[in-house]
Amino acid sequence: MMNPKLRYRLVKSKSVEWIIVLFAFLITVPLIAIIFFVLKTGISKISWHFFTNIPKPVGEAGGGIANALVGSLLIVLVAALIAVPIGILCGIYLSENKDSKLASYSRLAVDVLQGTPSIVTGIVIYFWLVKPLGTFSAVSGSVALAIMMLPIVIRSTEETLKLLPSSLKEAGLALGLPYHKVILRVVVPCGFSGILSGVMLSVARIAGETAPLLFTAFGNPYISTNVLKPMQSLPLLIFNYATSPYEEWHDLAWGASLILLIWVLLLNITTKLITRKWKVQL
Amino acid sequence: MNSKHVTVRRTIYGCFSVLAFSLMACNSGDNSTPGQMAEKTGDANTLLGAGSTFVYPLFSKQFSEYNKETGLKINYQSIGSGGGILQLTNKTVDFGDSDAPLNEEQTQKMGVPVLHIPMCSGAVVLSYNLPEVKDTLKLTPQVLAGVFSGKIKTWNDPQIASLNSGVSLPATPIVVAHRSDGSGTTNIFTTYLSKVSPEWNTSPGKGSSINWPIGLGGKGNEGVAGLIKQTPGAIGYIELAYAVQNKMAFAKIQNKSGNFITPTVASTSAAGNIQLPADAKVSLTNTDAAEGYPISGFTWALIYQEQGYNSRSQDRATKLAKLLWWNIHEGQKFCEPLHYAPLSPAAVTVAENILKSATFNGKPILQ
Amino acid sequence: MKPIKGFSLKKVRAESAFKRTLVIMALVMIVIAAGIFLTLLVQSLPSIKALGGHYLSGKTWDPVSDIYGALPFLLGTLLTSFLALLISIPFSYAIAIYLGEYNPKGWLSGFLKNIVELVAAVPSVIYGFWALVVLVPMVRAIETKVGAAPYGVGILTASLVLAIMIIPYAASLGRELIRLVPSSLKEGAYSLGATRYEVLKNVTLPYTKSGLFAGLLLSLGRALGETMAVTMVIGNTNILPTSIFSPSNTMASVIANEFTEADRTVYLSALIELGLVLFLVTVVINLVGRMIIKRFTNE
Repeated sequence: MMNPKLRYRLVKSKSVEWIIVLFAFLITVPLIAIIFFVLKTGISKISWHFFTNIPKPVGEAGGGIANALVGSLLIVLVAALIAVPIGILCGIYLSENKDSKLASYSRLAVDVLQGTPSIVTGIVIYFWLVKPLGTFSAVSGSVALAIMMLPIVIRSTEETLKLLPSSLKEAGLALGLPYHKVILRVVVPCGFSGILSGVMLSVARIAGETAPLLFTAFGNPYISTNVLKPMQSLPLLIFNYATSPYEEWHDLAWGASLILLIWVLLLNITTKLITRKWKVQL
Repeated sequence: MNSKHVTVRRTIYGCFSVLAFSLMACNSGDNSTPGQMAEKTGDANTLLGAGSTFVYPLFSKQFSEYNKETGLKINYQSIGSGGGILQLTNKTVDFGDSDAPLNEEQTQKMGVPVLHIPMCSGAVVLSYNLPEVKDTLKLTPQVLAGVFSGKIKTWNDPQIASLNSGVSLPATPIVVAHRSDGSGTTNIFTTYLSKVSPEWNTSPGKGSSINWPIGLGGKGNEGVAGLIKQTPGAIGYIELAYAVQNKMAFAKIQNKSGNFITPTVASTSAAGNIQLPADAKVSLTNTDAAEGYPISGFTWALIYQEQGYNSRSQDRATKLAKLLWWNIHEGQKFCEPLHYAPLSPAAVTVAENILKSATFNGKPILQ
Repeated sequence: MKPIKGFSLKKVRAESAFKRTLVIMALVMIVIAAGIFLTLLVQSLPSIKALGGHYLSGKTWDPVSDIYGALPFLLGTLLTSFLALLISIPFSYAIAIYLGEYNPKGWLSGFLKNIVELVAAVPSVIYGFWALVVLVPMVRAIETKVGAAPYGVGILTASLVLAIMIIPYAASLGRELIRLVPSSLKEGAYSLGATRYEVLKNVTLPYTKSGLFAGLLLSLGRALGETMAVTMVIGNTNILPTSIFSPSNTMASVIANEFTEADRTVYLSALIELGLVLFLVTVVINLVGRMIIKRFTNE
C-alpha cells in the first residue's frame, strides 16, 4: 500500500495536471466558435456577383464588395512595398552593429513602435499626410499600416541574421566580395525563410487592421485604384456594415469577414509551412 | 552599384504589380459602373463628400443614379454632420452635409463664407424595440424628455401607460440609444427637447453632441438603428428612412396643437411648409402646423462660396455645382420613395439662388 | 556568383553607400518614434494649456459646453483591460505550462500551439462582429438574470472579447520562458521525490515569476490599445461606469468615435491628448515588459 501522504500528493499533482490541460485546451472553444460562425453565415453570401460588384444604394438587396477587395489588396500591397525594404535594411543594421549607440536607440524606437496602439498611429498619420495633402488617401492608410509592420519585419530580420554563423560572412569577405554583396547575396538569402515569415506575419497582422484606416483611407463606395484618393477596405467595410441595422449590409459584412478570415489564416498557415520546409533544408 | 540595382529592381517589380492590380480592378469595374473610360483620368471624375448620416440613404440612391446618368462618381462617407463640417473646414472633402447649420464658432473657423443648400427635409422618429407590443405607441414631449433624461425607467411607467390605454406594456427596463458621434440628427432632436422642456434646456441642453445622462451610444444613424434593433427594450431617435427600411416600430408624437402625429412624408412636408429665409437656415422642430410632425428638419449640403481654393480646377467646381443643382431638381424624385420630404417649389427657388451665388475666382459658376 | 573583380573606386563607393543606407534606416526608426510622440505632444498642447490637470480628473465629457474630463475613459479603459487580464490569466498560464512543462513536444502540443497562433491572427474587427452577434445576447441573458440593466454591451462584454484576444501574448511568451528553466533544477527536485505539481509550484513558477509578469504586462499593453472590437461592444457612453455591466467608453474607442468630427480646437486637442496618454502608458508598459524579459533571458 502507498502511504496516504504520498498518495495525496500524487492525486493532487495529477488533478492539477488535468485542470491545466482543461484550461489550456479551452482556448480552442472561442476560436472554433468564431471560425464556425463566420463560415456558417458567410459562405452563403459569397458568389461571383459578390466579388465583382460594388455595394448597392442603402437598403437595396444584392451588391458586392469588389471596392473593398481591390482597396484592401492595394493598401496592403503599398504598405508592404514601403515597410519591407526599410524593415529589412534596418534589421540588417541592427544585427550588424549590435553594440553601437545608434543601434540601441534604434532598437528602443522599434520597441516604442511595437507598443504604439494602432489608433494612435492613425491620428499621427492624419496630421502627417491627410491634412497636408488636403485629402484622405489610400497611401496615407498604407503608411500607417507600414509603421505597424516595421517592428515585426525588423525584429524577424534581426533575429534571423543573428542566428546565422559569422563564418558565412567571414568567408564571403575573405573571398574579396564587397560588404554589400556579402550581406545582400550571401547573408540575407541564407536567412530568407526567417525574414519571409516575418514579412508574411506582418502582412497578416495589418490585413485586418481597421483603426488606423478610419482617419486615413476613409472608404469609397466605388472601385478606386488611385492611391492618392480615398479607398474602401475589407476591415472598414465590416466595421461600418456590422454596426448598421440593414440585413443586406450584414450579409455583405459576413461575406467580407469570411474572405478576410480566410486571407489572414492562409497567410499564417503558409508562413508556417514555408518556415518548416526551409528549416529542413537549412 | 548593386545595392541600387536591387532597389531599382524592387521598385520596378512593385510598379508592375501595382499596374497589374490596377488593370484587374479596371476590368471588374467595367461590369458594374458606366463611365469606365473616365477611370483612366483618375480622381478628376470623383467628388468626395462627407457628413450627415441622416441623409445618407437618400444620397446613396441619388448619387448612384447620378453616376448612371453622367458617369461622375460621388464618394459620400456618412461620418456624421459634425465630421462633415470638420472635414470641410480642413478642406479634405469637396462638400459636407449637415442637418444642423454651422454655429458661430464653426463659421468663424471656416474663415470664408459657406453656403447652406437645403437638400430635403426628414423626420427624426422615436423607434423602439418591444416585440410584444403590436400597437403603435403614443408619446408626449414631456415623456420623451423624461425617458431621455433617465427619469422614466421602465416601459410600464404610469406616464407612458396613461397615454397608451389598452396597450399592455411590459415591465422591461428602457434602454436609451443615442449617438456617439457629432450629429445633426442629435441637434434636431435635442433642439426639439429644449423647446418643449425647460429642464432639458438647462441640462443637458441642445447641440450636435451633448453630454447624455444615460444610455448607449451608436455611431451614425446606422449605429443607433443597429442598437435599437439588437436590444430589447431600446428606444432611440433615427431618421424615418432607417426605421422604415428596417421595419422598425416608431411612435406617434404629440405636436404643439395636441395631435398625435405619425411621422410620414406628408406630416414632415406639413412641418416644412414655411417661408424659408434667404440663407435657408431654419429649424422646423415643434412646428405650428396642426398636421405637422414636430421633430423634423432640413439637411444642408455645405460648400465654400468661393470654389477656387487649394488649386482646384474650374471643372471640378462646375461638376460639384451641377451635381447639387441636379439634387434639388431631378434628384428630388427619389425623396418620397425613401421617406424624405422633397423641397417645396418655394424652397427649391431659395436653394437655386443660394447655389447660384457660388463662384469660381469671383465669377459665378452657374448662370 | 559573379567573378570577383579587383579593387575599384566604384566598389568602395557602393559599399559606403550601402552602409550609409543602413544607418539612415536605423535613424528613420528613431525619427518615426520621436515624430509620433512630438506630433501628439504638439497637437495636444492647446488642451494641456486650457485644461491642465483637471483634464485627467474631470468626470464630465461635454463637448457642447466645452468641458473635457477624461476620467470616465481612463476608468473605462482600466476596468476593461484589467478585467480582461484577470479572465485571461488562468488560460494563458495553463497554455504556457502545458506547452512549456507538461508536454513540450508531440502532435497535441503542436496542435495547441497552432491554435494559439491562430487566435492571435483573427482580425479584431471580426472579433467585434462576432461578439456583437454572439456574446452580446449571452451577456444580456446574464444581466437579466442578475437584475442589471439588460444592455448586453458594456464593460463585461468588452473584457470577455479582449480576454480571448490577449491570451496568445502571455501564453506564447510564458511557454518560451518556462522552457528556459534549467533542467538540472527540475531534475534535482524530481530526484528528491517531488511530484510534477510540486516541481511546477516550487521550481518552475518561482524561477519564471518575473518573466511571466512581463508577459502579463505585454498583454495588458495590447488590451489598453485595442480599438475596434472594444468600440463595437462597449456601449459608447461617456459616463463614469458604476459596475462591470455598465456601458462605458475606452480612450481608444472615444478617439475612434469622435476624431473625424471634433470641430473645436480644444475638443480635437483633448482627443489627441487622450491619444498621448494612451501612447505613453502603452509604451511604458511595453518597455518595462521587454526590459524584464531581456534581463530574464540574459541571466
